Amino acid sequence: MDSSPAKPTDSATPARRRIASAGLGVFALLAVAGFFSPKWLTFLVTMAAANGLVSLGIVGLMRGGVVPFGQGMSFAIGGYTAALLFNKLGLTDALALPFAGGLVAVVIAVPFAPLLSRYRGIFFAMLTLALSMVTYGLLMKLELLGGSDGFNLGRPTLLGRKLPDARVGYILYLVTIGVATVMALLARAYFDSTRGLVTLAVRENELRVEYLGGSVRQAMAINFVLAAFCGGLGGALVVMSLGHIEPNFSFWTTSGEFVFVAILAGWQSVAAVFVASTVLEVVRSFSSAYFPNTWQLALGLFLLFVIRFLPRGIGSLWMKGSAR
Amino acid sequence: MTRMLEAHGVGKRFGAVVAAADIDIRIAAGERVSLIGSNGAGKTTFVNMITGYLKPDAGRIVFDGQDITDLAPRAITRLGVARSFQIPQLYGDLTVLDNMLVANACHEQRLSFWQPARRRSALDRADALLERFRLAEHRERRVAELPGGVRKLLDIAMALTAAPKLLLLDEPTSGVSAEEKFPMMDTIMAALGEQAMTVLFVEHDMDIVERYASRVVAFYSGGIIADGAPREALASDDVRRYVTGELLQEPA
Repeated sequence: MDSSPAKPTDSATPARRRIASAGLGVFALLAVAGFFSPKWLTFLVTMAAANGLVSLGIVGLMRGGVVPFGQGMSFAIGGYTAALLFNKLGLTDALALPFAGGLVAVVIAVPFAPLLSRYRGIFFAMLTLALSMVTYGLLMKLELLGGSDGFNLGRPTLLGRKLPDARVGYILYLVTIGVATVMALLARAYFDSTRGLVTLAVRENELRVEYLGGSVRQAMAINFVLAAFCGGLGGALVVMSLGHIEPNFSFWTTSGEFVFVAILAGWQSVAAVFVASTVLEVVRSFSSAYFPNTWQLALGLFLLFVIRFLPRGIGSLWMKGSAR
Repeated sequence: MTRMLEAHGVGKRFGAVVAAADIDIRIAAGERVSLIGSNGAGKTTFVNMITGYLKPDAGRIVFDGQDITDLAPRAITRLGVARSFQIPQLYGDLTVLDNMLVANACHEQRLSFWQPARRRSALDRADALLERFRLAEHRERRVAELPGGVRKLLDIAMALTAAPKLLLLDEPTSGVSAEEKFPMMDTIMAALGEQAMTVLFVEHDMDIVERYASRVVAFYSGGIIADGAPREALASDDVRRYVTGELLQEPA
């Protein structure tokens, strides 16, 4: 989904077309491969793509120099929104639910955006963590939302049709990787846009951005809201495939995993986010199958090596150029 | 001539230190004004108050007919004031070209989520400025790898991206070797020459001041001790005593 930035003398449009065709190509390939894959594998990739969307939002913030430790909040809001719409209002469409999840996450994030845009570093991280833990506490206590056990939801429909038993996993897989592809392409376009470049500048020198006429706080607030949308989208997609939601979606360890993937991916490449997310899911599945209770150990060692040898994440393996 | 910048009774204190005391200046459009004075005389404080980094305790600053005393740096920049920095404020991790594109993007009235930062028109504008500042050969280099003089030029080129009406240069030749100073100022002035821009520059080298300024304003302990054509201002007793040190200071 990424290629190196266009040669500076080129116009940017052909590069956009190349990236878009590459993205659609990857989607087609995954769609075909998924058809022939065992169920556990399509489920694994579904989870990786949906979780990857949450980390994509984090990467958008990382490009501006901040890391949120509470992205589980948007993730949970998206998940609960989809599950409640499904159970209480009978909205069951597999395309509408993720969109609604993202939208509600945005609505809840917007009032906090001006506040969070003032903070950097550990203060930003801790503030987002605090918000997510408040959300976790509320979800635990509210019986209406199923309390600590959460609740289940049924099988979604697609464009008014019920999904056949044998194919439901595959169809939700297609929906998830389809949404992920579209979001990945939009993210790439955004990262390469004028606004995206200003975000990258904020990361290194806020003062100069202001003296050049750019607004640092606006950039930070927008990235926070966009990250919330990505988080809500991912949460709803996960819930649809999982058929269950619980307060743990907003727990700090969940948020930590999203940050883990974002750091593993680095902030240069969009595709790397989904690669990293898949790595996490694979390590999680295999370690818990073969080495129960030690998968965090495997993950920790993996991250250690990435930080030591690829400080800019695995995306730096194929993203050329200085910092883009 | 239209007035570009006016300061009316501007004052600023930092505790017991008076950084600016009742400063009155009127600068016409197109003037090239050099601010001189020893360290701590109040030159940079004055520049910082014009750009909104510091708020004056007293007085008003008017730019192009508009009171900018209480505006934030970004708002002042958007009105047409640009500045360079004594220590260049650049994006070391990005290439020279990308630094110019950042300047270009920040300057845009409506930032886009969609329009590529590297689109043709932006590249052309960046390249034209790089050419004028003789920076084209460094286009693809990371800024962190560049020598000091090149960084200084890039810093000024970025400030010029917005085509400001008033340009403030904070010690454009500091940290540059003596033999490089004149060629560098020539490059800067040649790059500015095509635009009828008002320029204020803080400078310590009196040869540079005499050659490139049309007017000199000398600061001493927060106040103005001389203001006029370079030759007369530099020849005044106060300047020779408190700025250039040619006359010995009389014991208090």
